[in-house]
Amino acid sequence: MDEMHKPSRRAFLRGGAAIAAGTVAGGASAQSADPLITDVQEWASITGVGVDETPYGMPIEFESHVVRRNVEWLTASPISSINFTPIHALEGTITPQGCAFERHHSGAIEMRKEDYRLMINGLVDKSLVFTYADLERLPRENHVYFCECAANTGMEWAGAQLNGVQFTHGMIHNMEYTGVPLRALLNEAGLSAAGDLKDKWVYVEGADASSNGRSIPMEKALDDVLVAFKANGEALRMEHGYPVRLVVPGWEGNMWVKWLRRVEVSDSPTESREETSKYTDVLEDGTARKWTWVMDAKSVITSPSPQMPITHGKGPLVISGLAWSGHGQITRVDVSKDGGITWETARLGKQGDTKALTRFYHDVDWDGAPMLLQARAMDETGYVQPTKEQLRDTRGENSVYHNNCIQTWYVNAEGIAENVEVS
Amino acid sequence: MSKSPNILLPALGVTGIVLGGAYGLMTRGYKADEAELARAQAQAAQAQLVEQQAMASDLKTQIALVQDTAKAKIAELEARPVVSASLTAPAPERDGAFGLGREALPEEIAAWDVDVLPDGRGLPVGTGNAYDGEELFADKCAACHGDFAEGVDNWPVLAGGFDTLGDEDPVKTVGSYWPHLSTVYDYVYRSMPFGEAGTLSPDETYAIVAYILYSNDLIDDEFELTNENLGAFEMPNKDGFVIDDRPETEYAAWSTEPCMSNCKEEVTVTMRSVFLVNTPEDGGSESVMNNATVDGLPSFSASGAAFIPEPEAKPEPEVQVAAVEAPVDESAALIKAGEKVFKKCKACHEVGAGAKNKSGPQLNALMGRTIGGIDGFKYSNAFNAAAEEGRVWDEASLSEFLAKPKAYMKGTKMSFSGLKKEKDLEAITAYLASFAE
Ligand code: HEC
Ligand code: HEC
Repeated sequence: MDEMHKPSRRAFLRGGAAIAAGTVAGGASAQSADPLITDVQEWASITGVGVDETPYGMPIEFESHVVRRNVEWLTASPISSINFTPIHALEGTITPQGCAFERHHSGAIEMRKEDYRLMINGLVDKSLVFTYADLERLPRENHVYFCECAANTGMEWAGAQLNGVQFTHGMIHNMEYTGVPLRALLNEAGLSAAGDLKDKWVYVEGADASSNGRSIPMEKALDDVLVAFKANGEALRMEHGYPVRLVVPGWEGNMWVKWLRRVEVSDSPTESREETSKYTDVLEDGTARKWTWVMDAKSVITSPSPQMPITHGKGPLVISGLAWSGHGQITRVDVSKDGGITWETARLGKQGDTKALTRFYHDVDWDGAPMLLQARAMDETGYVQPTKEQLRDTRGENSVYHNNCIQTWYVNAEGIAENVEVS
Repeated sequence: MSKSPNILLPALGVTGIVLGGAYGLMTRGYKADEAELARAQAQAAQAQLVEQQAMASDLKTQIALVQDTAKAKIAELEARPVVSASLTAPAPERDGAFGLGREALPEEIAAWDVDVLPDGRGLPVGTGNAYDGEELFADKCAACHGDFAEGVDNWPVLAGGFDTLGDEDPVKTVGSYWPHLSTVYDYVYRSMPFGEAGTLSPDETYAIVAYILYSNDLIDDEFELTNENLGAFEMPNKDGFVIDDRPETEYAAWSTEPCMSNCKEEVTVTMRSVFLVNTPEDGGSESVMNNATVDGLPSFSASGAAFIPEPEAKPEPEVQVAAVEAPVDESAALIKAGEKVFKKCKACHEVGAGAKNKSGPQLNALMGRTIGGIDGFKYSNAFNAAAEEGRVWDEASLSEFLAKPKAYMKGTKMSFSGLKKEKDLEAITAYLASFAE
């Protein structure tokens, strides 16, 4: 190991010098031959790492900055807290599990599959207990969905706060889930006892010390809610609810109960702490909205952004961003470079994902002048992502949750981006 | 999408009935041929046959109808853009169940089904008052929520804040904000104390909930809270909530064709980021006040930025230190590692110059210090007993305590599950020992 690393470190230093020289030389014409090409590099001579070295791979050390990060002063304790997905440095749409944001109310717990139990009770014909192995025998589905915390971008209600898209918009991830429709489990228990399903609810709760619980209307429970046990092809990570979590497509992340242990069919919502004290939106006059489950259409430019300055100067520039809607598909994203005076329609990376992240690109020739970058998403319902002003006009500034405002980055002539608000 | 198999179900059902009918027709036809005597019967059968044929053709039209609707539905579904998020066809459903899972036993349901509904359904029999609750709260809750539920440091405030919900910074507490008392019982019983959830008895919970009401001036200290009267208790903000009205107040208004050009005359920057955020190599983040102002930034019009400002003076960028390994003092490295581990403790403890008690005692000069020995800090009985015995902290006892606080000091109110890694224990001990005074 050590023997292998020493020579490669020398190579790294030499490589660094070469990069610096390259920067001075600029893009089009090199003034001197690039030693990275003309010299035989260590990696082109000495052999690399063997197949017995890395049973489960981590990103290469040069990418070690692409990690979840927390902001210590946001909460009293890291056990009941949140961290942020490094969306500035990710591409495509799928979020790797290892850097997908975490939100716990009593910390992430370690539970073995063998110790997993799921109870279905309440207004059902027969109260049931499922093991993990039972779940594996029910027909499965695979879906890609985004999971966004209702508090994502919440600090921005009070104005431009933290300088980084990871911190303004990083309470989101997007994974391919494998799971069993909740509908199938309810069907196993039988819903005749519930009578008319129209006004019924399910109360879902987790097995951790917070026993986070939320009420979900039956209509949604029977629609697209998944009891998921795999994400991106592998087991859920501990911090995302291993072995089993709930997936509630398009709805706020708090409802995606981790370590799901119980589903109770009920004739009324529970009005638990997480749906009264929290996850309710205070309006200007002090009244509050409750049951604001859907995450409305939203988009943000991930690069350039404060953590992703333009380092290449004038010329071709890829503006890259993410858009999503809890109501269905993203149909269009517009990008403005002048703070919303002029808009151009961006290119959607992949069309048709419903309640999932959509990547958009806007490929421009940057003239080196300052920009006020914004993105504006539209979804299949025709809804257009609102400005901060529109949101504040209807809700005031105290809602905490559901801030889907148009975000602005001021990019200066040096290519450095900053979180700002505009008139 | 998931509905498509259901659309086909009625069509299959009808086909079944029709096949059954046709089978009946055949057997009857054979019988009608049998004997003279049966002619009358045959005629009757003939009549029946005609009738059934009429029914059959009736059913056929019905099938056609259902099939047409199904086709139309499928076509409609297919006409929608491909929904690539569905990576599989919907899971097949069974009319009956798969028969998986086993029946839950009553005692299992009783153990887990403890949530309480707003009208009080789900409450266990019990009673308690603020007088008893005060002591329990001081013992089990005050370290984080304060003696009067006013909140310590950053921990949640549970009392006060009345008439602030419409203010710039609303104070949302149990008293000022929570619409149902059931929620307080439900949450405290299941989720608190933080780090020791599920340890309160029903009577203790009624008493603590009564104390929280008392701290909010909502009852006097004689009020007896019970499973009988809790559901009917009216919270001040019970009418403070409206069901999501975004569809009416926002969706229609915000679903118009958006403006594409000359949408505004001029745009200026009105606010810059309050915090710059450093993202250190060893994780986390550091927020630094951003002192830059909007002065000197260009305004924008349809022709772009009004001018290109001079580069702003930037603090010297951190020089990337080349990967030359500095000779490291091993103990210094250990202390440095300990500083990182101490992040897990910071929510409750301070250490170093000017360290004060927070929800946990300050940790200066810990080695050789009496266990539970900081004057003015309210320790648990377990710690007070250790102090009386004159026990002191040393590296071994500290390490054992921090590995499993609740096992080492039964009854401690330090809500911390423990450090699992030997390396972390070594590091934190070295770190704390470095604050000799
Ligand atoms: C070690 C610190 C600690 C102790 C001790 C503690 N709590 Fe808490 N309490 C918390 C934290 C942290 C939260 C927020 C949890 C979350 O984020 O979900 C909280 C939340 C609450 C809330 C909800 C606050 C809100 O506005 O939503 C109530 C009520 C509460 N605690 C009551 C109690 C009671 C009663 C006790 C004692 C039986 C207690 N707590 C003991 C840390 C503590
Ligand atoms: C959730 C809050 C909390 C956290 C987190 C926490 N502590 Fe504590 N700690 C306390 C409280 C409260 C006490 C007093 C215990 C008692 O009275 O039972 C305490 C007591 C102690 C004591 C004994 C001090 C004395 O005066 O005898 C030490 C040492 C200590 N903690 C170290 C740590 C270290 C190191 C960590 C992190 C690895 C940590 N604690 C994490 C709350 C906390």
